[in-house]
Amino acid sequence: MDTYTDTRVDTHTDTRTDTYSVFAPNLMNQVENFAQGHRACQGCAEALAVRHVLKALGDDIVIGNATGCMEIVSSPLPLTAWRVPWIHVAFENAAAVASGMAAGLKVLRRKGRIPDKRVISIGMAGDGGTSDIGLQALSGALERQHEDFIYVCFDNEAYMNTGIQRSSSTPFGATTTTSPSGKKSQGQSTWKKDMPKIAAAHNIPYVATACSSYPFDLQEKIRKAVDSGGPAYIHCLSVCPTGWRIPSHLSIKYGKLAVQTGIFPLYEVEDGVYRMKKKNAKRRPVTEYFKGQGRFRHLTEDDIQSIQERVDAEYEKLLKLTEM
Amino acid sequence: MSNRIGMEVSLMVSEAVKQAKVDVIAAYPITPQTHIVEHLSELVADGELDAEYICVESEHSAMSACCGSSAVGARTYTATASQGLQLMSEVLYAAAPMRLPIVLTVANRTLSAPLTIWNDHSDIMANRDCGWIMVFVEDGQEDYDQTICAFRIAEDRRVLLPVIVNMDGFILSHVIEPYVPVGQEEVDGFLPPYDPLYTMHPDNPVTMGAFAMPELFTETKKAHEVALHESYNVICEIWEEWGKLTGRTYTPVEEYRTDDADTVFVTMGSFSGVVMETVDEMRENGINVGLVKIRLFRPFPVDDVISTLRKFKNVLVIDRTLSLGSIGGPLAVEIKSVMYNADAKPNIFDFIAGLSGRDVPPDQIAGIYHTAMDALKMGRWENYYMVGLRE
Ligand SMILES: Cc1ncc(C[n+]2csc(CCOP(=O)(O)OP(=O)(O)O)c2C)c(N)n1
Ligand code: SF4
Repeated sequence: MDTYTDTRVDTHTDTRTDTYSVFAPNLMNQVENFAQGHRACQGCAEALAVRHVLKALGDDIVIGNATGCMEIVSSPLPLTAWRVPWIHVAFENAAAVASGMAAGLKVLRRKGRIPDKRVISIGMAGDGGTSDIGLQALSGALERQHEDFIYVCFDNEAYMNTGIQRSSSTPFGATTTTSPSGKKSQGQSTWKKDMPKIAAAHNIPYVATACSSYPFDLQEKIRKAVDSGGPAYIHCLSVCPTGWRIPSHLSIKYGKLAVQTGIFPLYEVEDGVYRMKKKNAKRRPVTEYFKGQGRFRHLTEDDIQSIQERVDAEYEKLLKLTEM
Repeated sequence: MSNRIGMEVSLMVSEAVKQAKVDVIAAYPITPQTHIVEHLSELVADGELDAEYICVESEHSAMSACCGSSAVGARTYTATASQGLQLMSEVLYAAAPMRLPIVLTVANRTLSAPLTIWNDHSDIMANRDCGWIMVFVEDGQEDYDQTICAFRIAEDRRVLLPVIVNMDGFILSHVIEPYVPVGQEEVDGFLPPYDPLYTMHPDNPVTMGAFAMPELFTETKKAHEVALHESYNVICEIWEEWGKLTGRTYTPVEEYRTDDADTVFVTMGSFSGVVMETVDEMRENGINVGLVKIRLFRPFPVDDVISTLRKFKNVLVIDRTLSLGSIGGPLAVEIKSVMYNADAKPNIFDFIAGLSGRDVPPDQIAGIYHTAMDALKMGRWENYYMVGLRE
């Protein structure tokens, strides 16, 4: 049976979820610094997220990219999809490479050897390159309080580049190739690591969660990150139709459902103060999000009930934080 | 113009780095390298050196940050040893083909286990194929000189490769020696500010560190190999220029009292001092031995090694690490394979000595000679001998 067809949501009636959707297209940067012709899968919302992030960042940036999908789809020698300076060194060190760039640019500006203009150093990686193997380098970079340093985690909730293995950012219950569901397993057995709060615990000026299904919100948060002076951390949910086992035209929908169900709340932490632009009192039930995603197909009613309880509890906790 | 000054060798290295006016230093402590980055932090704190000093959280990040800062066009330095070098290893392999002219001091120290802080060459030999230029220094003066030369070599547009300066941990790093510093003006004349070919800057975007498919990868490796071997001439040229400036000329391979020698010892690094002393003593006793020092290890000076060693009957290589599961030490293995193509082939013996900083006094060096002579008499010898092994 095709589990996909009965779960389509009419995205056209769902425009109010983005507060900027009516007027903001006029404000969007028309320049595409992540060029078309990259090799991401059809419907890849991680590539879409990169595109939005670059639109918001503008031209005066340098990027250190970790190994992962976005690196592989964009840089097959001798081609490149990057119209801005871009470097890839390894999987776990995007933050360290970007901090080296930030330090180098700072001293060269001071010594008058490059033009005296502000250039932002960006570290970018997937959830694996951020919350697992790259966590140490990221923590070090955030602790050092580099100026003009922004780190963006593109969270597709697994190691997609190596073929859908679980990461510490994979949600509870999802099947991956290393957390399969089986007679004695319901898939991923741990809860998603709370990366944004870990980043916020470094007392940096700006942390935010975002999702490419809400492009204007994402872009606004990137601009805020730039304005904060850095370091800033953006955690961007980036739907992966390949790894989530959904049809490629539903990426935007599932990103929205993640937010609307409260599974992936959008919030900011400015100088330690939690803020939610849009509190979601009437959240959709998590079943709506799970339905149609191959990675959750095996979940029982009981599983879903316990996940619902956990999601509600987490959401309430977050609401309290934003009210403090 | 300058006088001899007594100083700990690690501090001499820091002074050289200061005079090279580096822009970025990434620092992570590990014995026996730590004094270098400590002294550099003081120089930066006192305003004697205008650099960004990044206290990274690991050696992996140290080398990663170096890649970032070098890529944006900053003169970049770091130092490490042993486990730290192993943690850097992944990034060493990335830095070289990206042609980032980073300078790294390795205060050579044994790799665990068992954990030990003392000196041998197991750390650098585990990374000998990472595509960096590698130099081994003999004493403090040379360490100072080679550190300044390393930036000049690395940044030369005909080279653009990172350089590792190897110093023996403790044996060199922690001893106080005399050295003659070079005046800042002379250093400035010898080493102008880094003028990079490509940099990461939005005014002229470039992509670095792209991935290669099998159709292109082989060609990238060949290009790297060619660049590494072609650096040989530039290295010699720069060492000669340094010689003109300071009176201290360095060559990839050096000989000591070899004129009438049948048998020579071959060393790298600080072993050379004790072997020279032994050679002098043995000659007083009528044994005509000499010493061949290998200074440049990467690119391996193949022609120099052949033309030097072909002149002798017996070559006694002293390795400072054992290549486990192979047929001896890495230096001897390399020399044996190089000499296979020589028209005259000496007898090549391999001695593994000084592991984890174990003392190798002159009488043990002389013992090496006698072991080899006995084996020659019997006409049969082992692939290698462990010097001073208690069995
Ligand atoms: C040290 C190291 N270990 C493992 C790998 C293999 N590897 C490359 S990308 C990747 C997963 C990337 O996952 P993630 O960071 O989540 O990014 P995504 O591909 O999902 O966008 C892994 C495990 C590697 N390149 N380096
Ligand atoms: S596997 Fe997923 S994240 Fe990777 S390119 Fe394809 S859709 Fe994008």
